[in-house]
Amino acid sequence: MTCPTNQLDAFVDGELSPAALAAVEAHLQTCPACSAHALAQMQLKNSVRAAADAYQPSPEFRARIAAQVATKQRRPLHFWLSPALALVAAVVLVAISVPLIARHYAHERALSELLDLHVSTLASANPVDVVSTDRHTVKPWFQGKLPFTFNLPDLTYSPYTLLGGKLIFFNHAPEAQLLFSFRQHRISVFVLKSATSSRDGVQTEDGFTTESWTAGGLHCIVVSDASAADVHALADLMRSAQAK
Amino acid sequence: MFQSAPVNGSFEELAMPLFGRLYNLAYWLARDRASAEDLVQETYMKALRGFASFQPGTNFRAWIYRILRNTFLTSQAGLNVSLSFDDADETPPEPAELHTPESILLVRAEQDLVRRALEMLPVPAREIILLCDFEEMSYSEISQALGIPMGTVMSRLSRARKAMRNLLAAQLEGTKP
Ligand SMILES: [Zn+2]
Ligand SMILES: [Zn+2]
Repeated sequence: MTCPTNQLDAFVDGELSPAALAAVEAHLQTCPACSAHALAQMQLKNSVRAAADAYQPSPEFRARIAAQVATKQRRPLHFWLSPALALVAAVVLVAISVPLIARHYAHERALSELLDLHVSTLASANPVDVVSTDRHTVKPWFQGKLPFTFNLPDLTYSPYTLLGGKLIFFNHAPEAQLLFSFRQHRISVFVLKSATSSRDGVQTEDGFTTESWTAGGLHCIVVSDASAADVHALADLMRSAQAK
Repeated sequence: MFQSAPVNGSFEELAMPLFGRLYNLAYWLARDRASAEDLVQETYMKALRGFASFQPGTNFRAWIYRILRNTFLTSQAGLNVSLSFDDADETPPEPAELHTPESILLVRAEQDLVRRALEMLPVPAREIILLCDFEEMSYSEISQALGIPMGTVMSRLSRARKAMRNLLAAQLEGTKP
């Protein structure tokens, strides 16, 4: 094979098709020149990533724009304010038992609160408490802080990167939030011990997808603006890590 | 709450988490604080007004970035910027020269060296490197954000990186590029 020099940018940027990727990887095994090129390109990319994060808006400027955006554009009406949904609720109230509806509302509130936590994490200057891409650092950091343990998947050969973890309080109990990156997206995985009313399944709201499941007494909820398929793939990795 | 119909109120939720990063990019384009603030402010107000035309389900970040750079290009700072960066043709990128071990050392250069090289790059080169390496946009998203074909994304990126390497090499040798 001749040197695929014009594919090395795409290789480093993760833009090759699976077939082209396999061919380039096989070539790199045998070609020191291309390996050196790809390595240099990767290091340049990493240097740029670090060096480019150079300018931060002042808190005053951020607050000013946030206020302008907020006054011109209110948050969506919540379900209990929406006339249509209120009407549905009223009809349903008569027809079905109250506990069922209460559970439904609690479920929506729980997901909504987790979504808010995810969004505020993204907006934060220090999104995580423990900054590490190494699961063997992040898992022990939670020890002694949480009344339960959980496993993190090996992401070496996946497109996901662990960014770190953070202790959150949910239903007044200490719980775990893990932050991952996938391309330009950020993904939160909440690991909760407290009995949430969150139902298992996949839901979408405002461009965010959530996937929830329960296993081994823990509730996991994955939240991101990535596609449902990409959320699902990380959920699968988390599920198999818990099964170990 | 989890309705599938698009809702009006999501601009804030989509746009505010991007605030810090858009400001950083604006600064890299405009090169001073006051211009960066003007640029971000105008971008947010334009995006807010135009949000009704944003297609839900398409890439919000590429969309708002495109507003930001169009605003920049029509601003006082942007008017002085040359947009030509060798990509009038859309031929595929020429194979770059292969690297020697010295050039691996080169790219381990200090952050301020890399920063200075980024500052010296022509705006279109700086922009595409930031979108790809810092914003981690895919080629397809960069194509949307800049309004250029995929082939141009690849050739411009390849040329921009070559220019970046040359600037770093020149700085390391202490000579003018
Ligand atoms: Zn080769
Ligand atoms: Zn190279």
